[in-house]
Amino acid sequence: MTQIFGIPVAVILGQLMLGLVNGSFYALLSLGLAVIFGLMGVVNFAHGAFYTLGAFAALLGLQYLGINYWASLVLAPLAVGLIGMVVERLLLRRLYGLDPLYGLLLTFGLALIVQGSLHQVFGATGQSYPVPESLSGALNLHFMFLPLYRAWVILASVVVCFGTWFVIERTRLGATLRAATENAPLLQALGVNVPLLKAATYGGGVALAALAGALASPVVLVNSHMGESLVIVVFAVVVIGGMGSILGAIVSGLVLGLVEGFTKVIYPEASNIVVFVIMALVLIARPAGLFGRR
Amino acid sequence: MHVRLPAVFYALIALFALCAPWVGIYPVFMMRLLCFAMFACAYNLLLGFGRMLSFGHAAFFGFAAYITSWLVTAHAAGPGSGVAGGVAVAAVLGAVIGGLAIRRQGIYFAMITLALGQLVYFVCLEAPFTGGENGLQGVPRGTLFGLLPLRSDVVMYYVVLAAFVATFLFIRRVVHSPFGQVLKAIRENESRAISLGYDSNRYKLVAFVLSATLSGLAGSLNALVLGFATLSDVQQSTSGEVILMTLLGGTGTFFGPVVGAAIIVTLQEYLSDIVGGWVTAIIGVIFVACVLSFRRGIVGELEALRLRRFGVTAKEPVAPT
Repeated sequence: MTQIFGIPVAVILGQLMLGLVNGSFYALLSLGLAVIFGLMGVVNFAHGAFYTLGAFAALLGLQYLGINYWASLVLAPLAVGLIGMVVERLLLRRLYGLDPLYGLLLTFGLALIVQGSLHQVFGATGQSYPVPESLSGALNLHFMFLPLYRAWVILASVVVCFGTWFVIERTRLGATLRAATENAPLLQALGVNVPLLKAATYGGGVALAALAGALASPVVLVNSHMGESLVIVVFAVVVIGGMGSILGAIVSGLVLGLVEGFTKVIYPEASNIVVFVIMALVLIARPAGLFGRR
Repeated sequence: MHVRLPAVFYALIALFALCAPWVGIYPVFMMRLLCFAMFACAYNLLLGFGRMLSFGHAAFFGFAAYITSWLVTAHAAGPGSGVAGGVAVAAVLGAVIGGLAIRRQGIYFAMITLALGQLVYFVCLEAPFTGGENGLQGVPRGTLFGLLPLRSDVVMYYVVLAAFVATFLFIRRVVHSPFGQVLKAIRENESRAISLGYDSNRYKLVAFVLSATLSGLAGSLNALVLGFATLSDVQQSTSGEVILMTLLGGTGTFFGPVVGAAIIVTLQEYLSDIVGGWVTAIIGVIFVACVLSFRRGIVGELEALRLRRFGVTAKEPVAPT
């Protein structure tokens, strides 16, 4: 068996693969954060909670309503996105024009409510979503085994991420969104329903988080705490990438997932903290973030 | 401008604090309350007077708790030197984390402190001296300065009370000092303060280190009171709690954080018997209610009411930019 530094290549590739899977979730989540922040100036602390809700929606949909995997990939984000729009209309809207710190604090409270309630209702132990039959098993690539489901997660999130990027940067809808970031009152004067646009943006952003949750449900334990520490890593990813850039969010999410996977091979003890250490280094060298503008 | 609370009010509070162990209030509960009040006051120095929203303050509270517990158990240090060690390490940690975080402002500052706080959490989880998931148990209180037997809850209580009063007065002194005035000027308008020749980053860093140091004192004392330091002390949820205490009581008021800490610690102590695991969700609801409807906090709203009687409109603690 081929080895690098005494570690079998298959092990390294396996860990990198896992890292890329995590990176896909980071990318989906930080993309949603960047979109919401870009248009609304809200740092959505509840992002991890919406990710958790997405996973629960998929799991409960299967258990109680018999919704299959493929349908739940559409329905879970849709349901959570609607909840997000309601949250925006009822709560977040009241904070526009105030210091953005209040949005952060409000969504932090929301995250506590969601996590606390889920914990109380479903308990601390988690369960996993069964891997759909068409995606179970692994491909033998001769130098490594490629679990099909993991490959699917990476493919799906890369497609969704770049799809979102395309919509925002290259379509008329995206142009309207970007116009709203630049000058919302003027856009409203031109007859665009800006409040609706904001609600839809928040709904869309959290739907991306819910999609990540539904995609993750077969590979992680679905419980009330699954999003709690994840959102902190994603915040670090966002600080590293710079929140202003959609592409930056996607790329830094994927790359940092890879770096984390690589750290697991060479120095497993540090794999939990490597993203935070990189964040500290970036802050020293380039305080505005790698892709950010000051 | 601060309207002073009536002297009668302060006298009543002081009387209550002095008598608490003798009127049937569980002393460990009162000490926990005082430790968190100290923690919230320290936090308020940063958020209320420096307008820096740190989401990682549990790192200072919890890490100091670990260091004190470790010094006292593994190195047989006395409680005095144990607490001093914890506080010193918290100050150094504050300088490192603060130095990184003040490179960005506002929401980025919040996210950076959150991430670095999580880094400290993982260090506490994996470092060889912290006891992993179990934390450090069986921390003896010992004898302070070879004179005061802290094993007695009553003696420990008065030591904690003295530390709290000293912290409270110290923070008042700092805020009213020229340093505190510059800090407030930076809070109101950082660019203007810079244009007036103040090195705003230096002021912010000093405020951060002071706040981290005092948070460490609270954490060290809390570990001595309870006899253990655990991962929950360094967890993000503890950072959230101290923010809520400050916000609920009133950011930028002197007495607000004490009120907020008293409410939250009492809720946690007695509410969990009634509602069980719903405490987290209820704390979340208080958070949301606070942010939506009384951003000045309880003491802040009361002060605003008093001011309105004199025809002055009070500002919100974190003013719109």
